[in-house]
Amino acid sequence: MLKVSVDKINDLFRAIAATQKLYLPVDTNAGAQYREWSEGVTMSQALNTNRSAKDFFFPQTENLAEFKMEGKKIEVKPQVNEYEDYVVFGVRACDAASFAILDRVFLSEPVDTFYAHRREHGTIITLACNRPAETCFCTTFGVDPAVPGGDVSAWQKGEELYLEAQTEKGEKLLQAVAGALSQAESEDIEPVKAAIRVMMEKLPLAKLSLKGIEDQKMLDLFYSDKWNALSESCLGCGTCTFVCPTCQCYDVRDFDTGNGIQRFRCWDSCMYSDFTKMAHGNIRNSQMERFRQRFMHKLVYFPENNEGIYSCVGCGRCLAKCPIHMNIVKVIKTMGGTENE
Amino acid sequence: MSERIDPLIPMVGVVTDIRVDTPDVKTFRVEAPEGGKVFEHIPGQCAMLSVPGVGEGMFSITSSPTQKNYMEFSIKKCGCVTSWLHSMEVGQMITIRGPYGNGFPVDTDFKGKDMVFIAGGIGLAPLHSVINYARDKRDQYGTIDVVYGSRSMDDLVDFPEIQNVWCKEEGMNVHLTIDREQEGWDGHVGFVPNYVKELGFDASKTFIICGPPIMIKFTLAGLTEMGIAKNQVYTTMELKMKCGIGKCGRCNIGDKYVCKDGPVFRCDQIDEMTNEY
Repeated sequence: MLKVSVDKINDLFRAIAATQKLYLPVDTNAGAQYREWSEGVTMSQALNTNRSAKDFFFPQTENLAEFKMEGKKIEVKPQVNEYEDYVVFGVRACDAASFAILDRVFLSEPVDTFYAHRREHGTIITLACNRPAETCFCTTFGVDPAVPGGDVSAWQKGEELYLEAQTEKGEKLLQAVAGALSQAESEDIEPVKAAIRVMMEKLPLAKLSLKGIEDQKMLDLFYSDKWNALSESCLGCGTCTFVCPTCQCYDVRDFDTGNGIQRFRCWDSCMYSDFTKMAHGNIRNSQMERFRQRFMHKLVYFPENNEGIYSCVGCGRCLAKCPIHMNIVKVIKTMGGTENE
Repeated sequence: MSERIDPLIPMVGVVTDIRVDTPDVKTFRVEAPEGGKVFEHIPGQCAMLSVPGVGEGMFSITSSPTQKNYMEFSIKKCGCVTSWLHSMEVGQMITIRGPYGNGFPVDTDFKGKDMVFIAGGIGLAPLHSVINYARDKRDQYGTIDVVYGSRSMDDLVDFPEIQNVWCKEEGMNVHLTIDREQEGWDGHVGFVPNYVKELGFDASKTFIICGPPIMIKFTLAGLTEMGIAKNQVYTTMELKMKCGIGKCGRCNIGDKYVCKDGPVFRCDQIDEMTNEY
């Protein structure tokens, strides 16, 4: 266990940024967002960023290949990226847990190499949540905000920040910046962990249970008549999918640069009507069907294919951002029967 | 720097032959620029074909893997990409990646079985590969029946091969039908599901169906009426796909991705899936 005084935290940031790019949450006009650190940049005190940390590995758009077209000929030029090492500081436990879920999609065979490279080059420093919000329900999904994970975990106690490596990559980073840190005892942060856990239990969603969902069969949940009322007001705006740290659906599209064709990948949303639209028709014509797909995927289909692991980490972004105040908590409560009454 | 090539990056294929099958179906022969097949496949698998700038789409590989020199794709003109493909001339390059999907269990469950192929319209495309595979490995399979129907005589895909090769092959019975009476047609007239019932097949056979969803639905109901167990009936599905590798998130039917868990499903498996197809 190592520590640094909070008023000297810039020494730590400086030491990290000396060898690689450092990103951390910064207050902007659009709320807290990850930005590159440089002298004078101060870290946001917001509980979490507006957008999730998935952007680091799975950016909203990225080029895949370029095609040179000449007469009947096509030349394929795969996108070649220069990947540099970088550090992300201040990732919360929920977002850190989302990486393991994204890994199951992108790192399973055949491996998505763009994602894999970004993942390999990034070192994640997580930060325990001293002041969780009313919209937090990470514990429902087995996340412990007192043990935030990542390559290095950090805890704030009073005027000091404690850091502990969790992986080899984290170990390497802390060794490289050892000059900015001093030794500390692991026991020092036990009261912080205990305090976080007490706070989590007092949150309004602390008792949210998935048991009612777990106990039901896939087809019974799918054909439930409750989806109609739940989805009635959904605008299909897709905000929930974009702010979600585990939503990973993408589209592959082309555009003419005037000098060839650029093929790129961009985030897509199952909430959009053209998501499944083909030349001959659409299998999900109503917003109810699209709404149902999103929650069935997170709560039933994904666990079915991934040893029971849900595709939600309880970060609460969808609770805060949905314009009609519909969210996964309401879905769990409604579909889960009497369990959450 | 990437030494691995990403699965989303396609290869180039050259269209070396174009056959006009029906007013809206053409069959394209695709070879690698240096000749030969771009990759190997098993019957029932698919490939992502694309025209850069227009789009990318998933298509069944129509030719049998026993065809050593090229792959073929029978494609119906119905959207942006297919319209562009239909406007191509021989020598045009396209991009291709794959193979995708599970394919038919030709070397396991189908081995030694009497098989009945039931196809409607362009639904013959994915079955074409299995039929010719079984023909080329004749001693490994039992009898082959093909029930194939289309709107009209002119809409039967690859009619010359059916007439000149399949109809004349020993141990193979071809039953053709068209939806409405037509001049010059002395064969059966009527919809595929009814024709299957009229023909009446032995319940021990293995059935492989592909066609429009409505045809599959009624054919399956008919087969069930005939006492055929659903685990002897196979079909192949198609939904919108972008990646082909179970990551882009759109071709799922419940917890199954058509691109990697399918496109071939046994009908008893389909009963356990959601009805979004």
